[in-house]
Amino acid sequence: MADSATRTLISSAQLNRPRSRIYYRIVLTLVVVIFTLIFIGPLYFLFTDGLKSTQEAVQVPPTLIPAHVHPSTYASAWSRVGLGRLLFNTLYYAFGALVLQLVFDVAAAYSLSRLRPVLGNVIFALMLATLMIPATVLIVPQYVTVADLPLLHLNLIGSPAAIWLPSVANAFNIFLLKRFFDSIPDDLLAAAAIDGASPLRTLRSVVLPISRPIIGVVSIFALVAVWKDFLWPLLVEYGYNPSRETLNVGIWEASSTTTQNLVLAASAMAAVPTLIFFLIFQRNILAGLTAGSLKG
Amino acid sequence: MADLVTLAKPASLSPARSRAGDRLGRKVRRNASAHGFLIGAVLCFAFFSWYPMYREIVMSFQKTQLGVTSWAGWANYRRIFHDPTFWVAWRNTVEFTILALIVGYAVPFFVAILLNELRHAKGYLRCLVYLPVMLPPTSALLLFAYFYDPTYGLFNDILHTLHLPTSQWVQSPGTTPPTMAMISVVIAATWMNMGGATLIYLAALQNIPGELYEAAEIDGAGLFRKIRHITIPQTRLILSMLLLLQIVATMQMFVEAFILTNGGAGVNDNTLSVVNLIYQYAFALSGASNYHSASALGVVLMLVLAVFSGGYLWLTRQPER
Repeated sequence: MADSATRTLISSAQLNRPRSRIYYRIVLTLVVVIFTLIFIGPLYFLFTDGLKSTQEAVQVPPTLIPAHVHPSTYASAWSRVGLGRLLFNTLYYAFGALVLQLVFDVAAAYSLSRLRPVLGNVIFALMLATLMIPATVLIVPQYVTVADLPLLHLNLIGSPAAIWLPSVANAFNIFLLKRFFDSIPDDLLAAAAIDGASPLRTLRSVVLPISRPIIGVVSIFALVAVWKDFLWPLLVEYGYNPSRETLNVGIWEASSTTTQNLVLAASAMAAVPTLIFFLIFQRNILAGLTAGSLKG
Repeated sequence: MADLVTLAKPASLSPARSRAGDRLGRKVRRNASAHGFLIGAVLCFAFFSWYPMYREIVMSFQKTQLGVTSWAGWANYRRIFHDPTFWVAWRNTVEFTILALIVGYAVPFFVAILLNELRHAKGYLRCLVYLPVMLPPTSALLLFAYFYDPTYGLFNDILHTLHLPTSQWVQSPGTTPPTMAMISVVIAATWMNMGGATLIYLAALQNIPGELYEAAEIDGAGLFRKIRHITIPQTRLILSMLLLLQIVATMQMFVEAFILTNGGAGVNDNTLSVVNLIYQYAFALSGASNYHSASALGVVLMLVLAVFSGGYLWLTRQPER
């Protein structure tokens, strides 16, 4: 890795001394073992306790390894909690939000960065101002607004649009995209303009292809945000009709009515898609995290 | 020649006029298309962000009786200030924020320093710390609720095996801070969320110029003096930015207390946060659902958070030193 060359607190020369080497080995082993216990340990119980029988899951003292393995717990958790439906709902909300955010936020950032309309700066400042006020604080007026959109008098409660449309109002996305578009060399876009490309054509054929990294970052943020949200889908979907709830809400709801081993099996299955997603995209996620926050 | 002049004259006049018209036309067209690109996002901001902000303030000064909404002055604010739960919720939120800062702010920093020193297993350890951040919060919190169970939970079993006194964890009844119940919430929240802060610190640590450490070594500085005099000052901007961000994030705590205590707010409301109370005011107190009191409470929280997020914006605008 490139950053292993970075000079840190303890110099490599110091580490290469025989005694330091032994200390380093001990510390390294300790850190790896302790961190694995702390961060993977709970996941071990999440996955194995779902395999226990109903009695064994609440037995005193708890068993480390299931005495009798009951894979059927997973099957009955799947059908009892309706995980298939929950998973479908959550994916539907998440990908719908992703598509709308990409279309509207990319277009808006491109306009603010490159087309520079009249009052563009004012609009951008007003968007950034929303970063000062976290969404949870506005939960009540947002709910009231979604239930009866001003001027249009539409009620979005229970429709996927209640999750999709508010997710577009994401100033952080627009900020990240605009900053990236700002850094594209003018010559490149001037060349497209001389060739007579319309703004839409320039966006599609010049800007988007070179913006793939930042679009990846924004997409990951968009999916994860919907996937992890709890309170808003609880209000606008579950509150309308429990069959429209998300994974998070559905499992929470099931937790008060089903047995402990079923709850754990359901939680474990709910965690699987995000774990796979993370393992595939971990490089992009970790890079995006620091890119998004550091240079703010 | 003459032909040219006569030809050129009208030709030079009309393009001038049409060029001015053209320029205006092009400007209008360019702006129209630019605003066309903007309109989708602007409408979403207007409906779901800007208008609700205004609406929250307006609603906090209104009341609704028998379906008729009218002006209420400061009545909602007076009502929430006289509600003893309001003060309980604020005390809990401040308690949570302070505990979460002690644990969730300092721990990631030292973990990052430790990870930065290791020459091996870097990618693995980085993934480990960030793994819980990716879990659906409900999965993680239900797992912790299971570990915390006073009778069959894993944590009490470990304490029992070590011959240590066991605890009621999140179901502890105490209300004098720091309560065991709140500490339990903080432990779960830190496990879930510390990955983000750790990785941001790690990136900041890697930006520290190595010569500074070399210079300090020549001056004979030991490990702790290097941390105090180089690492901390060099990462001060990130440290203070994350401090403010973390205060803003932790003061909005909702889902942790909500799920760990199954939709409640702990024994004797000892894990009830301000956002939990907003939820209760607006949606949960059956029959007495009151958006106006909830909005008033939202305005109070908004003002408090605005101080911290304003500080954050101010810091990020400072030229980097």
